[in-house]
Formats: sequence, structure tokens, C-alpha cells
Amino acid sequence: MIIELGHFALVLALLVALVQSVVPLVGAQKGWGAWMAVAEPAATAQFLLVAFSFAALTWAFVTSDFSLLLVVSNSHTLKPMLYKVTGVWGNHEGSLLLWVLILALFGACAAWFGGNLPPRLRARVLSVQAMIGVAFLAFTLFTSNPFLRLAVPPMDGRDLNPLLQDPGLAFHPPFLYLGYVGLSMAFSFAIAALIEGRVDAAWGRWVRPWTLAAWVFLTIGIALGSWWAYYELGWGGFWFWDPVENASFMPWLISAALLHSAIVVEKREALKAWTILLAILAFGFSLIGTFIVRSGIITSVHAFANDPERGVFILLILAVFMGGALMLFAARAGAMEAKGVFALVSRESALVVNNVLLAVASFVVFVGTIWPLLAEMFFARKLSVGPPFFNMAFTPFIVALAVLLPLGAMLPWKRATLGRAMRPLWGVLALALAAGALVWAMQTGRSALGPVGVLLGVWVVLGAVADLWARTGRGALADRAARLGRLPRADWGKATAHAGLGITIFAIAALTAWDTEDIRVARPGEPFTIEGREITLQGVERIEGPNYIATTATITVREGGRVFTLYPEKRVYPVAAMPTTEAAIDYGLLRDVYLVIGDPQADGAWAVRTYIKPFANWIWGGAIIMALGGFLSLSDRRYRVAAGARRTAAAVAAE
Amino acid sequence: MRAAAILLLAAALAAATPALAVEPDEVLADPVLEARAREISKNLRCLVCRNESIDESNAELARDLRLLVRERLLQGDSDAEVLRYVVEGDETFAGYGEYVLLRPNASGSNLVLWIAGPAMAVLGLGVAALYLRRRRAAPDPAPEALSEAERRRLDELMRD
Repeated sequence: MIIELGHFALVLALLVALVQSVVPLVGAQKGWGAWMAVAEPAATAQFLLVAFSFAALTWAFVTSDFSLLLVVSNSHTLKPMLYKVTGVWGNHEGSLLLWVLILALFGACAAWFGGNLPPRLRARVLSVQAMIGVAFLAFTLFTSNPFLRLAVPPMDGRDLNPLLQDPGLAFHPPFLYLGYVGLSMAFSFAIAALIEGRVDAAWGRWVRPWTLAAWVFLTIGIALGSWWAYYELGWGGFWFWDPVENASFMPWLISAALLHSAIVVEKREALKAWTILLAILAFGFSLIGTFIVRSGIITSVHAFANDPERGVFILLILAVFMGGALMLFAARAGAMEAKGVFALVSRESALVVNNVLLAVASFVVFVGTIWPLLAEMFFARKLSVGPPFFNMAFTPFIVALAVLLPLGAMLPWKRATLGRAMRPLWGVLALALAAGALVWAMQTGRSALGPVGVLLGVWVVLGAVADLWARTGRGALADRAARLGRLPRADWGKATAHAGLGITIFAIAALTAWDTEDIRVARPGEPFTIEGREITLQGVERIEGPNYIATTATITVREGGRVFTLYPEKRVYPVAAMPTTEAAIDYGLLRDVYLVIGDPQADGAWAVRTYIKPFANWIWGGAIIMALGGFLSLSDRRYRVAAGARRTAAAVAAE
Repeated sequence: MRAAAILLLAAALAAATPALAVEPDEVLADPVLEARAREISKNLRCLVCRNESIDESNAELARDLRLLVRERLLQGDSDAEVLRYVVEGDETFAGYGEYVLLRPNASGSNLVLWIAGPAMAVLGLGVAALYLRRRRAAPDPAPEALSEAERRRLDELMRD
């Protein structure tokens, strides 16, 4: 019964979304207040209906209702409860329902917290948001219905793909979706502004928190996925340039660009048309990402979710929304007249360069991702584009970005002189160069990647510190330190996020340049030495887990005065008939010790792989710091001026 | 159903393969040659896997290819010659075609792929430079007078 109610709620949600996409739009055009007012309750209703539907599906998974096809295909009674719940979105249909739920949630948030928006703009934003909802609700109901029943329910399910039975992966998709779908808000704002034919500083201010929130979630989602790959796939890789990873990385890059260009709109009323275009493209890349993942058109590690027919439907959605948006853009962009005037050397110019670099970097990823498809379609060449290409073609743009970042962040608006802006940075530059040179001298004969990474990392991180310090103005040290605490949260957010980027850049370079790998046959009780660490395989035993059978090794590591024991495993999941490798990792600030157990060899020996991964955790640490910077910026009080607006309205009413 | 069949097939394939990528018995005695073999392996695609290099993959075919690479290196091939051999083969071995290369050759239509990024950067910076020059030359627009409501709102904000 609950299942049928869930199904029915989803159908109702589609109808509500249809109403919400038409009525407020007409109301805004004609100036009918009552019609515009439909948007808010409709957005709330749509969210509640989809939420109920999602809850119904979750209920089916939790109670292992095997009359539901989806539950049979993706669950099992013996599966731990956490994975029963996360199994809801560990498959195509369920993850789509989550997508729609988050879409409806963002729409509802715009209705609940959009009190400071002009009524027309709000009506239009909510209407565009509902149009996206209609498209995806229809997609779910007509091609990927999660509520299909089986006439004869089996006794038990087929279990979830064991690779997905992991806490890291449990929370990776929801965060990514919060990011992807969050960009729909920027899109809706852009379309509403195009319909209105007006983009001003206020628009920049409204669209920025949504973009920032989406970017923060994308950052967390991508970092979680990367961390999961690091510990789960068994050799410590953290980024594969897999089409599905690229699908999440492109919107991240574009939304980072959007975030920065919206500042120029807000502060200086320039770059308007470009910002609108970025908002459209950011969501476009989200749709392209959904298309790549859902159609499986480009084979990838994530191929558990592919189906060409659904791909065509998403392609259609993509064509309608992007085609419509870009046509509207072409017709209206001319009306976006820039106001601000600024010199060649200025914050505005620096942000333009930031945007060019981020957009081109994203373009490189895009071309590399779809090139195998294009080459096959147009040149009859079947080829691959893999990590070596991306590392070569993408990295220069990020290096350029990191080189320019500290200087660009310090430049004043309108007109700047390079010499003055560089003044607080000379010391930082000297330190960065010294650190790079020192590292280069210490590691003679190895790749230049390490020293360059150190140089860039120090430059960006200390550059962010210098930026914050410079914001405190002049005067005695104590005064400035006191002022530091009173700086706006946005300033702290900016410096924090930039520093996080510096840390991640450094960590990626350090890990790539300095990791050590050892592959050997180890005999129990006979120690071997790697970079001063004494490693001993103590023994190997067979252990039964709840829904798997494991071969577990006990390995002790003596590092300096410290001794610790790690238990790397190989697991076989009998229901899915699938083996997985569970590496054992001793996490550390400066290095991870990463152990993998292989196959039994002759006379009781085992294949053992040992990695020493320097600064591995700093990669995700940097990403989390970036996200934290985003949160700090989001909590800045100027985004809460809505409170002031409401007070004014009340005061006017009282007069 | 089809998806389930693919999953089962993948599972069967995976179950039949060892759990390590590079096995201890594959490693060459000469560390320089071994390092070269690893670098070459990172550029070769595991043909039965989903977007993995043979250096990362556990599959049987990837192991065969790794052994082939090492064999060629021991025979004195240069890195480029090994790659050419794997792609084109010889009288006795058909070769895997350019699909096996993870770094596509910069030849023919692939030039588009390699040039796309730098060309876009030049274009983008060019357009940006034009825009910035125009912005510098544009006349400063006269500040618009605030309406009564706007002024009151401004006061409100300033007081906060």
C-alpha cells in the first residue's frame, strides 16, 4: 500500500510541477499577483510529495520488500542496515528519485527563503525550477519508475554491488547531487533574469549564495569520491579522469568561475552577459554529466548504471533546456549593458583571467571526455583518452591559475598598480621560492613536480594569509590582530578557500612525485624493510563477515619507535559472486602506510604490496578546507540582509 | 535484465582473475627497465576493463600485456618501439590498434584534441583583452539618482 501511495505521490508531484511551471510565469508576465502567488505553495507541495515518495521507497528497502523489482535487484536481507538505506540511491531509479527530491528541495528553499526577492523574479525563478522538475519527474515516471512490482516475489534479493557497500560511497552521491542540482538554481535565476531583461548588482547578490552552496556540495562530493577510490580500489589512486569523474569536475570548474564572475556583477555591474552564460553552462554541464552517467555512452568504471534509451531521453532534456536557454540568451544578452569602468590592471581584470583559465580548463576536460565519441563518429577512429592526456593538457591551466591567484586576490577594484599590490607579496614569493629550492636540493635526481608543488602550495597558502593580513589596514600590530577577528566572514571565507586550493595542489604534486611502491613475496615471520620501516607478515586467516568471506592478513609495521598492526583483506561476496580488495591504511599527517594482500604463493608465502603515500590526506584536507571557506562565505551577514528588508516592509506597513 | 547479465559477466570475469595488478613474479630484475615498463604500462589501456590502465588492472589480459611489454624491453626496444609494437603488432601478432593507447597520438584528426585547449586559451584571452580595453575606454556612467524607497533601504542597511 505504501508503495502505491509513493507512486501516486510522484504522479501528483508531476502535476503540481506542471502547474507551477505555467501559472506563475503567466502571472509574472501579466502582472497578476494571485497567479504569481501560486508558485510558493506549489513549490512546497511538490517537495512534500516527492519527499513522501522517496520515504516510501526507503521504507521498501529498509523492510526488504522483495515484491519491488528495484529492491530485489539491489538489496539482500543480510545486508547491514546502513547499506539497505543507501541502497535506495545505489541504483539508477533510486538515484534519479534522489535527484528529483533535491531539485524539489532547492525549489522549496527558494520559495521559503526568497522573501527578499522581487515578486516577479521569484515567480519566474520558481517557474523555471518547476520546468526542470517536470522534465525529470517525467523521466523518472516514464523510463525509470522505481515502484515497479513483481508478480512473484523471490525469497531474497540479488544484493548491492559490493563496491558500493561502503560508507564513503554511501554519502558521495547525495553530496554530488546537492551540487549538480544546486546549479539548477543558478540556471533558474539566469533564465528569469533573461526573461526580465535585467541583470543588476542585486541579481549578482542573490545568485551567488546558491552557486556557492552548490559549489561547496560539489567540492565535498568530489572529495568523498576521490577518497573512496583511494582506499577502496586497492592501489591508492585518487583520480582517474574517468568520464564520470570528469562529469562532476566540469560543473565544479564552471561553478567556480561563476562564483567569481558573479562577484564582478555584484560589486561592479560588469561581466553580466558572461555570468548569465556561465550560469547556463554550469547547469548544462550538470545535465551532460547526468547524461554521461545514465546513458553509459562512454564506458567507465561507473558502468553499473547504463542504458542507451534513457540516454536519449536525457539528451532530449539537455537539448530543450540548453537550446532554449541559449536562444533566449542570444536574443536578450545585448540588453545586459555593463556599467563599471576599470583599468587593465584591476581586480576585475584578474577575475576575468580567472574565468578564462577555469573555463578553458573545463573545456579541455570536456573535449577529452567526448573525444573518443567524436573520433569514432566522424573519423572512424576507435581510440582512448586517458590520464596521461588529461595530466598534460589540463595541468598547465591550473598551474597558471595558482601562479596568478595571490596577486589577483590582492588587486584593488577599478584601478591598481602592480608594484603596490605586490608589496606584501614579495616576502611570500621569496619564502615560496626558498621552500621550492630547498626541496629540490633535498631530492636530487627526482622529478621537478615535487619542488614545483611545494613552491605553488606555499605561494598560494601564504598568499591567502597575506591577503587577509593586508585587509586589516595599517597601524600597530596589536590593533591589526584585533581587526583580524572583526573582518567580514566573506574575507575569511575567501582566504580559507584559496588556502585550501593551495594545500590540495601541493598534496597532489607531493603524492604523485614521492610515493613509494614495493611489490614482493613475503614469508610469514620474515621481516622486510621499506624506507626505514620494518614490515612483517604475521599470518593470514579466513574470516566470515555478515555477507562476505574474507582472507585477512596480519601485518606489523615498525616505524621508528612505534609499532602498529594492519589487517589488509581480500573479500568475496557470494551473493554477487564478486571479489574486492580492502587495503589496510595507517593514516598519518606526513604519510600513509598502505598495505594490500595478494595471492598465496608457493610454500606458505603471500604476495604483498606496500605503498608509502606522502601527504595523501592533505588532498582531501585541502578540499574540505575549500568547502569550509565556502561555508564561511555563505554565513556572511550580507546574505542575511533579507532580515533588514523584511523590517523595512513592516515599517512601511505600519506608517 | 540486460544490466544484470552484464554485472554477472563482469563478476565471473573478475572472480577468475588474481587480486593484484603487478605481481611479484612479473617484476624485472633491472630496476631501470622495470621503471620504464611501469611508465609504458600507465599509457596502455586494459582492453577488458572499464577505463583502467594495465598497470592498475587485475585482469588476465592486462597481465599478458604487461609481460609482453617487459619482453620487448628485454629485447632492447625503446619505449616508443614497445608502444608501436603493441598498437601495430608484427607478422605474428595483430596488435591492439590505437584504442589501447591512453595518451592518443597527436596525428591526423587527433590534432584537434591536442590543440583545442591551447587554441581556446588564446581565443579566450584575446576576447578578454578586447573586452578589458573597451571597459577601460568606456565613459563612466553618471550615477543614477536613488529613489525615495532605495534611499530609505540604504539608510537601513548602513545602520545595520
